[in-house]
Amino acid sequence: MNIVVLLKMVPDVVEELEVAPDGKSLNAEFLRLIVNERDAHALEEAVLLKERHGGAVVAVAPEAPEVDEALFTALAKGADRAVKITGFTSDFSTRAAAKLLAQLLPRFLPADLLLAGCQAIDDVDGQLAAILAHELQLPYLGLVTQVKLEAAGRATVTKEFAGGVRGEFEMTLPAVLGIQAAEKPPRYIPVAKVRAAMKTQKIETVPAAGAPAAALVEVLQLAKPEAAGHAEMLTGSPAEAAGKLCGILLERGVL
Amino acid sequence: MATAAARTMEPPCEITLENLFHTPEGRRVLTCLQCGACVATCPYGEQMDYPPRRIIALLRAGLVEKVFTNDSLLACVACYACKAKCPRQIDLTGVLLPLAKEQVLARHPELPAELQKALENKLRYGNPMGESPRKRAAWTATAGVPIRQLPTDPRPVDVLWFVECYCSFYPRGQDNARATARVMHALGVDFAILGNEEKCAGECGRLTWEPGLFDTLMDYNMTVFSKYKFNRIVTSCPHAYDAFKIRYPIVGFNYALEHTTPYVARHLEKLRPLLKRRLDYTVTYQDSCCLGRHNNFYDEPRALLTAIPGVKLVDMTHNRVNSICCGGGGGGMWLDTYYKTKGYERLSERRVKEAVATGADVLAVSCDYEISRFEDALKVLGHDKKMVVRDVMELLAESLEVQP
Repeated sequence: MNIVVLLKMVPDVVEELEVAPDGKSLNAEFLRLIVNERDAHALEEAVLLKERHGGAVVAVAPEAPEVDEALFTALAKGADRAVKITGFTSDFSTRAAAKLLAQLLPRFLPADLLLAGCQAIDDVDGQLAAILAHELQLPYLGLVTQVKLEAAGRATVTKEFAGGVRGEFEMTLPAVLGIQAAEKPPRYIPVAKVRAAMKTQKIETVPAAGAPAAALVEVLQLAKPEAAGHAEMLTGSPAEAAGKLCGILLERGVL
Repeated sequence: MATAAARTMEPPCEITLENLFHTPEGRRVLTCLQCGACVATCPYGEQMDYPPRRIIALLRAGLVEKVFTNDSLLACVACYACKAKCPRQIDLTGVLLPLAKEQVLARHPELPAELQKALENKLRYGNPMGESPRKRAAWTATAGVPIRQLPTDPRPVDVLWFVECYCSFYPRGQDNARATARVMHALGVDFAILGNEEKCAGECGRLTWEPGLFDTLMDYNMTVFSKYKFNRIVTSCPHAYDAFKIRYPIVGFNYALEHTTPYVARHLEKLRPLLKRRLDYTVTYQDSCCLGRHNNFYDEPRALLTAIPGVKLVDMTHNRVNSICCGGGGGGMWLDTYYKTKGYERLSERRVKEAVATGADVLAVSCDYEISRFEDALKVLGHDKKMVVRDVMELLAESLEVQP
C-alpha cells in the first residue's frame, strides 16, 4: 500500500487576520501558517492504512513558511518520505495547483492512493482532489471518512453526506480521495520524536514544473464581515435594569 | 522559606529509567521499605493499580513493564504528597513517576484529547489555551498601573516578573495579574514583564510525560532571558517556579528566583501601612502543592492574609504538608474529562467541601491553576453563593484600595 498525501499550509485563525492594503489578500505581517486540518486527517488516515497494511507514505507539500516543521512532523508520525515543492506560490488557483501537481506527482507513482484534505480553509474550494483525479485519469471520491482495503486493487470507501447519512462505495485503485476525517483524530507526536526526525531525516525538494494555468476566477475584494447588529447592555441596579427591560418588551409589543 | 536542601534532592543530571540505579536518586529508590505510606497519602491512591510502592517492587523484580501497559498512572497529579510522606525521602514525584508516566504514554494508544490539545497549544502558541501569543500582554491595558514590557523598553530592571499563562490569558487569572501589578506598584518595585515574548515555562510538560516539549520551551525561555538584564525573576506560577528552580539550572539558569507570594511577604513591613481598607472576611487558605509541600512556603501567605485588617484566618482540616491537591498538577488540568469518564472524584470538589466546612467565605490561593478549578468546583457543588475564590494578591490589592 503506497500512499501519497498532499499537505497545504493555511492561515492559522488563532491569530487575528488582517486584510492587506491591496484589499484582495491577507496581510502577511502577522500571518502564521498551519497545516490545513483536513490534510492532517488525510495524513493520519494514510499512516493508519500503512500501519494496517504495510507500504510507504510520501508527504508532499508546496513550499510555505513553517512547512519544514510540518513535514518533519509528518515524518515523525510515520511518513517515509517528505517532499517540498518549490516555486509554488500560495496565490495559485485550485486549478493551477492541481495541474502543476498532476505534472509533478507521477514521479511518486505507482501509488495505490492519493489523499488530500477534502477542503482547505483558505479558499473553501474543495476541488483540488477532484481536478487532480481528472488530470491523472483516476477515480475520485470526496468527503471520505473511512477507507477499507479489500482484495488487491479494490477498496471500500465511506463518504459522509449531509445529515449524518453515509454511503459506501467500492473503488478500484489507484484512486484520489478527499479526506473529511480520519478514522480517529490525528495522533499526538512527542516533540522529541519531531526533533529526532529533524536530526536524522531529510526533506526532499522538487521544483514545480511548467507555467501555472491561468486562474479562471479572480478575487475582487477581501473584507471583514461588518457587524449587522449589536447587543445592548442594560445598566443600573437590578430593579432599574428590570424596569428598562419591561419598557423594551412593551415597546416591541411582547408584553 | 525554601531550603537549599530541597535542591540537592533533585536530579543533578538527566535521569532515565536505564540509568536510574546508577544515580544517587535512583539508588535511593532501592532503599524503599515497601511501607505503603505513598499509597495511603495519594489522593488517587484507591484508583491507582500501580502506586509508587508497587512500581518500585516491580522495578526490583524486573517486571516493571506491567506498570507501563496500565493507564491508571495517568491519575497521578504530581502533588508531591507521596514524596513528602516517604520515610526514605525518595523523590517519587520528581523522578520516578514522570519516568514511569512517560512510558505509559508511549504505550497508550491515544492521548486523552483535552491533554493532547493543551500540549499542542503549548508548543505552537506557548500557552495551553491556544490563545494568540500576540495577545499575551493584552491584560496590561486594564491594569490601572503602568507595566513596563522589556521587548519595547529593554533597560535593565530589578524584577523580571514572569506572569505565566493562566494570569496572562484566563480572565480570572488576569484579575490576579492586575492585582499583582498594583501591589508591586504600591511597593515601588522596579519591575517589567516579557510581554508577548514570554512562553509557558513548561513544568507540566515535564510532569505530563512530554520532556521534549519541556526542553523546547526551556530552550526558548532561556534565550529570551539572556536578552535582558535583571536582578531576579519573580513568577506568579508555582509550577513555573518549580521548573526554574529544579530543571532550568541543568541548562545554566542561575538567576535569583522567587514566587510572588513569598516575594511580597518579604516586603510585608513596607506593605502593611498601605493595607488601609478593612476586609471583614473569614478566609481559609489552600496550600498549593508546589508552593507548600514542595517548597515549604507555608507561613508567607498566611502572614500576608493576617496583615489585612479585618481578615480572620481559619485552616482547613488538611493544611500545610497535608493539604489536598486541586487536581491540576501533572497534566490534571487537562484531564478532567478523562477522569470523569473513569469515574474519579474531582479533587477540586473534594477540596472545596473541606473549605466550605470551615465556615469561611473566602478561599484564598497562591497558585494560578486553582482559581478556575475551585470556582468551577464551587459551582458544581452549588456552594458558589457561600464562598468566593481569591488569590492572595487580589485580597492585598483590594485592601490597598481607598474606601469608597
